[in-house]
Amino acid sequence: MYDKLTAWLRLSAERIHEEATALTALDRAIGDGDHGINMDRGFAAIVATLDETEAPIAEALNEAEASATLLRTAGKRLISTVGGASGPLYGTAFLRAAGAIAAGNGRPAETIVAALEAAAGGVASLGKASPGEKTMLDALVPAAQAARAAIDSGADLAAVVAAARDAAEAGAVGTIPMLATKGRASYLGERSVGHQDPGATSSALLLRALADVASD
Amino acid sequence: MVTTTNAMKKLLNRVEDIVPESLAGLAKAHPDVVKIDAANNVVLRAGGPRRGKVALVSGGGSGHEPLHGGFVGLGMLDAACAGNVFTSPVPDQMEAATRAVDGGAGVLHIVKNYTGDVLNFQMAAELVAGEIEVASVVTNDDVAVQDSLYTAGRRGVGGTVLVEKIAGAHAEAGASLADVTATALRVNANVRSMGLALTSAIVPAAGTPTFELGDDEVEVGIGIHGEPGRRREKLSTVDEMADWLVEPIVSDLGIGRGDKVLAFVNGMGGTPLIELYVAFNSVARILEGKGIGIARSLVGSYITSLEMAGFSVTLLKLDDELVRWWDAPVHTPALRWGV
Repeated sequence: MYDKLTAWLRLSAERIHEEATALTALDRAIGDGDHGINMDRGFAAIVATLDETEAPIAEALNEAEASATLLRTAGKRLISTVGGASGPLYGTAFLRAAGAIAAGNGRPAETIVAALEAAAGGVASLGKASPGEKTMLDALVPAAQAARAAIDSGADLAAVVAAARDAAEAGAVGTIPMLATKGRASYLGERSVGHQDPGATSSALLLRALADVASD
Repeated sequence: MVTTTNAMKKLLNRVEDIVPESLAGLAKAHPDVVKIDAANNVVLRAGGPRRGKVALVSGGGSGHEPLHGGFVGLGMLDAACAGNVFTSPVPDQMEAATRAVDGGAGVLHIVKNYTGDVLNFQMAAELVAGEIEVASVVTNDDVAVQDSLYTAGRRGVGGTVLVEKIAGAHAEAGASLADVTATALRVNANVRSMGLALTSAIVPAAGTPTFELGDDEVEVGIGIHGEPGRRREKLSTVDEMADWLVEPIVSDLGIGRGDKVLAFVNGMGGTPLIELYVAFNSVARILEGKGIGIARSLVGSYITSLEMAGFSVTLLKLDDELVRWWDAPVHTPALRWGV
């Protein structure tokens, strides 16, 4: 799991970097035009930290501890570098996921599902938001639910994460007709309708990267 | 009238250095007033923490200068945390600032009501919990956003400047954290604002305007981060446009004949002072017509949005105590009187 997670973080950083301009364009329509720039900075910081400290993290007690430390480190880097609402929200998502992995039962697929649920729950709690408000939760919550449904029906890790990815991507597109009632987009009222939420889009991007790594 | 510009024709070296270089410039221009914690992009009052004085810490995205770094000094802020342009600063910055200015009498965080600012300041307060007493006041004076369950709440805009000055004066006089906090809350409760943009702004790292406005269009109910506002209108006379801003403020504040206000006409950064004074004249005429007295005023670009052309109106309902704190000495890069 540890190797998959580091691969995921690095792939995510690449993808965020590639999509930074597009994410910023989404944020320009209903925000202040900095989501891509901020996320790029945050994920670049994660990669820089990995380059410096990956060896010590990997030498931790066991796979679960190493994975949890990895995600906690990533979460803290996001909090310290991203800024805006995305920093605390994504940071909390990673920290909660780390907690779920540390408490995991050693079965990767189940642990990942628990991590997704913890991440979504953390964001909902900190952001005081729920699905339907045109936020990252509109990708994360469906993703966690789809992952849970997949594992309950016996799917393997790759299929579980693929289900999460599909739900996240559908969720992100699903934000287009929504009226924003949270975050900067909410100041626009009706004018937020018709635009895809940047936070939901970046969440879906991260889940796509996770699915790609899980199916390797 | 042209509203498009050569997007990146700005005074810059490397885009990524804009924040640290602007802070260094601020400190070099006002070495007797501020110093910079360069590792954390924090502007600090020169002379170190003052024992027994409540310290005021604020912060936010860069690009709103002089807010907040230009308001650090005697009678106003003790520290200001500078985030990336239009991006909330991170908890590490507020933690460093809070520790640096703590004089043993507690610290007041003045936070503009944006989700990012609120969350990052909240996390910072948690980082010092148990060690330093921190109170927080969230400013939310913008009437353009309907304060309802269905938005992120009203934004903190021009009123924030008045909260910082008035609470800052009360803190300078040696008041307790509870009293300074109460004053800040009282200003926030009695102030309302609304803004209008003639052009958009261009975030240096993005390189393009944050929204498009036609030559004859204005964006009404803007925030300060270049985000679009509530509605678009055709450009009109400033007498009429001032009314679009003043009416909702007066109505929401519930003021009328016999009341006295501080009238603050703020430039968004790209509007010349001559136009701000024309706008103030319009605002003054409207208030005179309503029998509302202007006891104090402030005109200039104090809470800006890079080069956005436009203005905002802020009205603070005054009483004798608020006037006293407004008049009290202040010595910061952006405001100086009485000293």
